[in-house]
Amino acid sequence: MPHDHPHPHNRPLSDVELRVKALESILTEKELIDPEAIDLIVETYETKIGPRNGARVVARAWSDPAYKERLLSDATAAISELGFSGVQGEDMVVVENTDEVHNIVVCTLCSCYPWPTLGLPPVWYKAAPYRAKVVKDPRGVLEEFGVTLPEDTEIRVWDSNAELRYLVLPKRPDGTDGMTEEQLAELVTRDAMIGTDVLTAQ
Amino acid sequence: MNGIHDLGGMDGLGPINPAKDEPIFKDDWERRMFGLFISCFAGGHYNVDEFRHAIERMDPAHYLETSYYEHWLTSLETLLVEKGVVTQDELAARKKHIAMEDA
Repeated sequence: MPHDHPHPHNRPLSDVELRVKALESILTEKELIDPEAIDLIVETYETKIGPRNGARVVARAWSDPAYKERLLSDATAAISELGFSGVQGEDMVVVENTDEVHNIVVCTLCSCYPWPTLGLPPVWYKAAPYRAKVVKDPRGVLEEFGVTLPEDTEIRVWDSNAELRYLVLPKRPDGTDGMTEEQLAELVTRDAMIGTDVLTAQ
Repeated sequence: MNGIHDLGGMDGLGPINPAKDEPIFKDDWERRMFGLFISCFAGGHYNVDEFRHAIERMDPAHYLETSYYEHWLTSLETLLVEKGVVTQDELAARKKHIAMEDA
């Protein structure tokens, strides 16, 4: 579909743009794909599936000890209780941050990431520097994210794969005792659920 | 399979530079590419392991120089050609046609 949306003609299409357009146009012609379905897929991942989902899981675990227990023993089932399941989230493991242990998630080989709870991964998660460094120098990586942990905190790095996806259950910030689940969810950042952020009550 | 994609522990790849705020897709072609991947996957043209393996077969220098969704594009082209869904000639001719139309 060459021109179904306008784009400014101030530069010629790049090589990758041409390759993607060529592929989409041929596959559409062969009736192997439906461009409108692509619009819908993209819209879903831009507006509906993202880290707010994961934040709700975290806030529920902080608020409901029985839920937290289920989440840590069978994450896939506990997460789907909240309605989050599907592609790239079929087998989930949740790892809990405590005073003693801090967890970080990576996919050294590519970009495995829990889509139903976090959406699509940020660019840095998929790029070479993070994948290379975090398994060797996790503290150095955390510093690049502005996070310094006490020296005696054990850091565990989890390398995701196509079969298993990890979500970090961050430590609940101090001073949040009276907060509702909704308020708690607001505190949870995407990076905290990857393990490259620690949360405060701000 | 060992290869350039097996980056864990490699030194000298530079800073991580995490963006404070970034869009889900940087360019419209990335949007289309993502949708094409899901559509062709749903259409049963390949499984995820084949898709990743086709990325891992990329030329190592090309792998490091190109962006994430360009890896996807290369993998999708490779697999669809190998499986006989499209031909290299078809892709090249259509690309040329679209470039001329755009000019």
